[in-house]
Amino acid sequence: MEPEGREPSVLVVFAHPALERSRANTVLAGAARDAAGVRFHDLYETYPDFVIDVEAEQRKLLAHQVIALQFPMYWYSTPALMKEWLDLVWLHGFAYGKGGDRLKGKQLFVACTTGGPAQAYHKRGYNRFTMEEFLRPLEQTAALCGMTWENPYVVHGARLKDDAHIQGEADRYRARLEGLAASARETV
Amino acid sequence: MHGDFLTQALVYLAAGVVTVAAAKKLGLGSVLGYLIAGALIGPFALNLTGEAEDVMAFAEFGVVILLFLIGLEVRPALLWSMRKTIFGLGGAQVVATALAIAGASMIFGLPWPTALAAGLVLAMSSTAIVLQTLDEKGLRQGPVGRAAFGVLLLQDLAIIPLFALLPLLATGPVQLTSDTHSTSLVADLPAWMQALAVLAAVGAVVGGGRFVVRPVFRFIAQSRLREIFTATSLLIVVGVALLMQIVGLSPALGAFLAGVVLAESEFRRELETDIEPFRGLLLGLFFITVGATIDFGLILREPLLLIGLVLGLMALKFVVLFALARVGGASNRLAATVAVALAQGGEFAFVLLTFTVGAGVISQPLADLLTAVVAVSMAMTPLTVIVYEKILTFLDRKNPTESIADPTFEEEDAEPDIIIAGFGRFGQVTGRLLMANGFKSTVLDADIEMIDLLRRFGRRVHYGDATRLDLLRQAGAERARMLIVAIDDQEKAAELVERAREAFPHLTILARAFDRRHAYDMLANGADAVERETFEGALAMGVTALKSLGFRAHRAHRAADYFRRHDLRTFEELRPMWGQTEAYMLASRDAAQTMDRLLAADLATMKPGAADGWDPSGRDEDQREAAEQEGPARPA
Repeated sequence: MEPEGREPSVLVVFAHPALERSRANTVLAGAARDAAGVRFHDLYETYPDFVIDVEAEQRKLLAHQVIALQFPMYWYSTPALMKEWLDLVWLHGFAYGKGGDRLKGKQLFVACTTGGPAQAYHKRGYNRFTMEEFLRPLEQTAALCGMTWENPYVVHGARLKDDAHIQGEADRYRARLEGLAASARETV
Repeated sequence: MHGDFLTQALVYLAAGVVTVAAAKKLGLGSVLGYLIAGALIGPFALNLTGEAEDVMAFAEFGVVILLFLIGLEVRPALLWSMRKTIFGLGGAQVVATALAIAGASMIFGLPWPTALAAGLVLAMSSTAIVLQTLDEKGLRQGPVGRAAFGVLLLQDLAIIPLFALLPLLATGPVQLTSDTHSTSLVADLPAWMQALAVLAAVGAVVGGGRFVVRPVFRFIAQSRLREIFTATSLLIVVGVALLMQIVGLSPALGAFLAGVVLAESEFRRELETDIEPFRGLLLGLFFITVGATIDFGLILREPLLLIGLVLGLMALKFVVLFALARVGGASNRLAATVAVALAQGGEFAFVLLTFTVGAGVISQPLADLLTAVVAVSMAMTPLTVIVYEKILTFLDRKNPTESIADPTFEEEDAEPDIIIAGFGRFGQVTGRLLMANGFKSTVLDADIEMIDLLRRFGRRVHYGDATRLDLLRQAGAERARMLIVAIDDQEKAAELVERAREAFPHLTILARAFDRRHAYDMLANGADAVERETFEGALAMGVTALKSLGFRAHRAHRAADYFRRHDLRTFEELRPMWGQTEAYMLASRDAAQTMDRLLAADLATMKPGAADGWDPSGRDEDQREAAEQEGPARPA
């Protein structure tokens, strides 16, 4: 459990445009919300009109050691609002470029779900590339900002798994987040 | 031949329609139009009117309705806040004007009781003419209107003691023992019982309005009988007027009181819309009868005397009221405007003069003369106001620093990008958004208090009725790119759009519309785009409701977006049909069905498990197959 008075060290930035229709993401989001040492930030709920408060978002980023991005993979990328969030918040002079070292030394952790099964993400699968390759743009984002790239947490075939299976994934995801939170607290 | 009702109606209506339309076109205002109509058909010109006195008694009911409608706009709290104006300025006006006129009359050799009676009678102003004129100038809501109305209200109150006081001034023989003009049933009772009767009547109006009228209206509203609602509204006004007459109060005052009592009821709007047409017609009729009573015979016999008396009366009344208003702290402009507006004699004078003749206070020839003076002074009012406005405009042009009653436009305002007409709840938001984004704008508004406030915040706001083309021109309409019509008077807004479109074809005109119908009217009048004033607010409320009911914020937002798109589509689809009522009704019923379908479809797509780009459940089968195959799958 999180000790009292301690600020969470992990910020989960969550994006799902239609969470009410996604069983897997609802359970996973619940796990993140409940995890100790974690602040859960729901982008589509906060900015339904896509008008992002850049300063508030930057303050949030600065206040946490670990930035976790949780999203369903759509067309091999993040949902639209998360892309918009990256475009508008991770600015030159803040996150990268000249004077842009404010995120340096932090960790970037991606947790995402896919519709397709694990074997589709393979050189000979119908998606032809591995998850590692699809997540390269985010990995490079971390690198450019001087952040450590944490090993992503991926749930494949989210629609096909039964409730028990998804609950298992959620427990593992929560443990992973709490582990990140604990180690981040030690390093700080 | 003019006894028969239809002929009479034809004469009045035809005269009214022709002269009022002409007067409006000439910029003279409708009041003057009616008065001219009356003079034309009156006994001294074409002599087409029959029993003008009967018609007048009927038409005076227009004034009663006017006061009722005004009462509906005056919440009790507002009335309370006006008490200083009513009793201070109003009381001082009646006393001071009466004394001044009495003094002047004594100089002309009248004995003091007659002079005082004439002074009291002539101290009254014309509620109908003043309020109608101010209304047309867009001045009734502001401080000018409030001050003028306060004075008029006190004059109405003063009628009661006047009926009691005037007989005491009797010098000549009393012709009538019991006063036949007053229908007061309590006139013969002792004073304390009269007072009691008055109190009881007022109590009945207040209590009745609170506890009887509302349940009755609720019942009638449920029965959905439109014309019964109208009839009941009229019944109330007539009933109150009669009750007031019985206890010797002014019917107009009683109607005003009834209006105030009902101002906070849920039926206010309906009462207004139901009674409004009667007010317009009857007031018009009233003005016509005033026009018809102008005794041109007398004027022709003694033109100089009459002109002298009229000018003297109006000058005296102006000076007294101007001085009093200045003492009360009003600015020069405000005081002058109020004083100009109230400088005429009133319709009460007609009644009072007949009464004083009966009571032996004033002789018949003098009463005839004064009646003519009052009628002519009433007819002069719209003209003096026009002249007064011209003088103000001239002064402003010469000295463009100080101004509030009329607009001035400083050099920097000369070339705005945008003109915003109406800076109330609606115009403010639109205007602030545009100004915040660096556009220069000139704002026109008719509420002086609002303008003062905004000016204190350094905004460029100007006083004026934007439907006046000369004001728009001065505001820079010839060089501006856009006109935003945000005034809340529906008819004025439509009129403004039409005129501006004609006079300034290059302007992009955006108009605030009351509802769908009004929006179509505005488009037909030449607006480039319209916004229904409550649409976006209602939609936003819907979003809040959906969220409170458990919708995710983004889902609620999109639901509103879908809804807006559909509604705007039907709005466009129905537009060509606008004007053909039948077709429109049918089509809009169809649109309601479309809306049903759309909502149903919305419900279906937003249900968990439905397929779209965010939720590719349609591909589940493919993927299940792929997952079941051993090893990596081929592309689906």
